[in-house]
Amino acid sequence: MTEKYYDVAVIGGGPAGLAAAVSACEHGAAKVLVIERDKVVGGILNQCIHNGFGLHYFKEELTGPEYAGRFAEMVRNTAAEVVTGTMVLGIDTPESGPVIRCVSREDGYREYRAGAVVLCMGCRERTRGAIAIPGDRPSGVMTAGTAQRYVNMEGYMIGRRIVILGSGDIGLIMARRMTLEGAKVLACVELCPYSNGLNRNIVQCLEDYGIPLYLSHTVTGVHGRGRLERVTVSRVDDKRRPVEGTAFDIECDTLLLSVGLIPENEITRDAGIEIDRRTNGPTVYENMMTTRPGVFACGNVVHVHDLVDFVTAESMRAGAAAAEYAAGKRVSGRVIKLVNGEGVNYTVPQMIRPDNAGKVTEVFFRTNIPRKKSVIRVMSGDTQIASFRREYMAPGEMEKIPLPRVLLDRAGDTVTVSVEPAGEAADRA
Amino acid sequence: MKELICIICPKGCHLKVDEENGCAVTGNGCARGAEYGKKEITDPTRVITSTVGITGGIYSRCPVKTDRPIPKKLIGDAMELLRGLEITSPVKTGDVVVSDILGTGANFVATRDM
Repeated sequence: MTEKYYDVAVIGGGPAGLAAAVSACEHGAAKVLVIERDKVVGGILNQCIHNGFGLHYFKEELTGPEYAGRFAEMVRNTAAEVVTGTMVLGIDTPESGPVIRCVSREDGYREYRAGAVVLCMGCRERTRGAIAIPGDRPSGVMTAGTAQRYVNMEGYMIGRRIVILGSGDIGLIMARRMTLEGAKVLACVELCPYSNGLNRNIVQCLEDYGIPLYLSHTVTGVHGRGRLERVTVSRVDDKRRPVEGTAFDIECDTLLLSVGLIPENEITRDAGIEIDRRTNGPTVYENMMTTRPGVFACGNVVHVHDLVDFVTAESMRAGAAAAEYAAGKRVSGRVIKLVNGEGVNYTVPQMIRPDNAGKVTEVFFRTNIPRKKSVIRVMSGDTQIASFRREYMAPGEMEKIPLPRVLLDRAGDTVTVSVEPAGEAADRA
Repeated sequence: MKELICIICPKGCHLKVDEENGCAVTGNGCARGAEYGKKEITDPTRVITSTVGITGGIYSRCPVKTDRPIPKKLIGDAMELLRGLEITSPVKTGDVVVSDILGTGANFVATRDM
């Protein structure tokens, strides 16, 4: 079998993969390959026809297809090669360097050797099975993203009377989309006492169209023979258990699920790369390298982002680091482990090597509950090395804190990031 | 005093608009937020995104958007203009699909090459 060699091979041609490829080329990788399983690149952006993308990166408001189109164009202007319709089966990482095993309809089974690999497989939606909604199994129950593809790309009207479970951004966007297409969106039902979607989406997708949002409620029954006929909705208590006597039915023909995203890491797991159980993505260093030398990861495969602009920025770093690795650069020195303290659900990166950290390392994290005035505290043992104030925080909005190299150099081998109300902070200071 | 959440960018600033004081805006993180707060009270507008049918493309729908915000109250009528509309491949991003929507001067334009 012929094995072609690439300096950097990128798995996935969505926003993460395209940005990683562009950046790898810019940072000196002569031969770069993007492997995409769909028939075109752009990934999920192709079905996200709404606007709001690109404000950070392009400084203008674009739709998903426009954002994808610009990056596809940028890739075309590099020497990078793109293969579509090709599914990666797995990667091997022997001493001699990574090998990618893949298959396509045209070429059958192929292997590529690479100096470095960037994992950009993105994420997928949690399904009805993942959250175990009891009841019948009629048609008309699907994930919001599936519905989005049917409506926006394939041209199918998926239903007329719609209930949405989950108030994540995709659910909110689809509430508006289905309303504009002439469907009646009867309710958006959210298990948590707050929405996990962006505030702007609550406003412009629900409030603009008078769609009721039921917080602390969930779907406790699905009824219908053949096609969905109605769902039962119940209020839940603070332990998220349905409260007896609160159930009511909504007649509907479609139930859309927007109940979370899971990074798609089968390839990562199979390769024996360490997965962080909090993010469900690979554990990464400051330059987005995984625990396997030469294998990098970025975008939603690492942690689910709110904004594609942040995926782009992260992937640019990963692509650059992959190019440097392929050119022979190796990083050594001590490793600082980031630990989640009170109020912090996860951090990315999970590990920082100060010698490779540059002037500032950006650490991303999510808080566990919505908060008003808060202090983010970065501690090394009992010593505070940095703190940041926030007027407002929410689990749906990713936080970013800059950690200067000079501070990291003073830190021990474990650094804890935590969040607390601003009042307590004042007392301690 | 009216409380709004700014929808200009995903940050979602919590705005306060003082209707009695010439719609003075507080809580905004940038100048665009002040503009939005005032406009949202006096003349709310939105960019509308949707799709039209396309013949000869790789998919059966082509995404479109209004190339500038249109008054919120015209959203329903603007969507009607797209109903049943079928365009033919090839189209380029930015090609006008429907011009001068309801006399607003805004156009529906394609948002991808297809």
